[in-house]
Amino acid sequence: MTNDVCIDSSRSPEKVVVADLHKSFGTHEVLKGVSLSARAGDVISVLGSSGSGKSTLLRCMNLLEHPSAGRIFVNQTEIRMKQDRTGTLRPVDKHQLRRIRSKLAMVFQHFNLWPHMTVLENVIHAPVHVLGLGRREAEEYGRANLDKVGLGVDIAGRYPAHLSGGQQQRVAIARALTMDPDVLLFDEPTSALDPELVSEVLKVMQKLAAEGRTMIVVTHEMNFARNVSSEIIFLHEGRIEEQGKPADLFANSASSRLRRFLSAA
Amino acid sequence: MIDIFREYWRHYLYTDGYQFTGLIVTIWLLLFSVVLGSALAVPMAIARSSANRFVSRAVWLYTYLFRGTPLFVQLLLCYTGVFSLDVIRNHELTNAFFRDGMHCSLLVFALNTCAYTTEIFAGAIKATPAGEIEAGVAAGMSTLQLYLHVILPSALRRSLPSYSNEVILVFHSTSVAFAATVPDLLKVARDVNSATYQSFAAFGIAFLLYSAITFSLVWLFRQAENRWLAYLTPQK
Repeated sequence: MTNDVCIDSSRSPEKVVVADLHKSFGTHEVLKGVSLSARAGDVISVLGSSGSGKSTLLRCMNLLEHPSAGRIFVNQTEIRMKQDRTGTLRPVDKHQLRRIRSKLAMVFQHFNLWPHMTVLENVIHAPVHVLGLGRREAEEYGRANLDKVGLGVDIAGRYPAHLSGGQQQRVAIARALTMDPDVLLFDEPTSALDPELVSEVLKVMQKLAAEGRTMIVVTHEMNFARNVSSEIIFLHEGRIEEQGKPADLFANSASSRLRRFLSAA
Repeated sequence: MIDIFREYWRHYLYTDGYQFTGLIVTIWLLLFSVVLGSALAVPMAIARSSANRFVSRAVWLYTYLFRGTPLFVQLLLCYTGVFSLDVIRNHELTNAFFRDGMHCSLLVFALNTCAYTTEIFAGAIKATPAGEIEAGVAAGMSTLQLYLHVILPSALRRSLPSYSNEVILVFHSTSVAFAATVPDLLKVARDVNSATYQSFAAFGIAFLLYSAITFSLVWLFRQAENRWLAYLTPQK
């Protein structure tokens, strides 16, 4: 099944392309030239030990971190950037950047829900205020997405602090879905969860992958990477050490570092 | 005490027959300075928490001056001090403004509470979890939207408890307005004291009225916290 998806997706349009991305924090170079491309329907898992630059890579895609060099394309449109005096690339066109960001929905490790808003308000806020969706329409869509992530109507009026971590992360996923994004970016979505809550979030992500959504997932969940993703990228010290289909990578990885990483996980 | 109150209750509460006096003046001082002070404090707090050090420092200097000196001195400087300057008296507009003790009191109280409130709000803004802001940025919000929908609603709510303290302190501080000849509650109490020599009753009535208003303020803020900080309280 995984193979079919891959063959299919190689013909589909590119949603996110990152070309030769570099990022330094001060003198420390975290990304040393990373390139990847995500086509429609791809589910790319980014693996690597901590400090390998995988979160930074993801956060550069919507410019939460500003790269030092490289190019980023979303829906075949390049994010226009210019180097400032410190050598950091800054966005040139804020409107373009905001438009692009609204097409790349992000799910964070620590959920980052807005605590003063109810669940439903969290879900519909950006669709109403950024996309200009009508309130009623947004609520309907938001409720449908809450339903999709397995949260009932009774949860819609509650505050995030009154939910479990797994529920909060599913709200965050519903919030991302209600933006009707082209690509979903997941930044270690299960790393802050208690072990017994991880599976409820992974199940939702698996469901989204099965729907054919384009996803880029930074994760430590080896089973998810192996069974759900269409491609795996293994980062080591800011470079792509190895990449390929999960079946190939898990069965016979060329790099000894990846083998060590997989056996440790 | 009852007799004194029976005789002077109008003075204590709202009028001496010629002008507003007593509690109503004290409440006016409080409302005006708190409303104006906090309205100004919101943009000031944003500037104070700005990454631009020049902007932040300018606001810091203002809050430092007003928080670093006694309110009483500020009032005397404004009412007596400023009015003694020729530049002020030679201009019709400034002459008319600074001649009036009420104007000076309102101005000084508003600027004073604005300085404290700015620091309270700025502290809450700076304490906004980075993740809440990042979620807004990643969703494509503009800076204005971030402030209006994410940062300010969250920060202002979190500052409610310390802000309620500030309002009560301002309420108590209004009692220095008598020094600028404003006929507030304390001024009435002093006048009743000189007229009757019933010191305990004269100041006792003021004491009770002040505490009644403070209790009402505390109650009001508790209602506000129940409503706007509901997301922080444990679920029932």
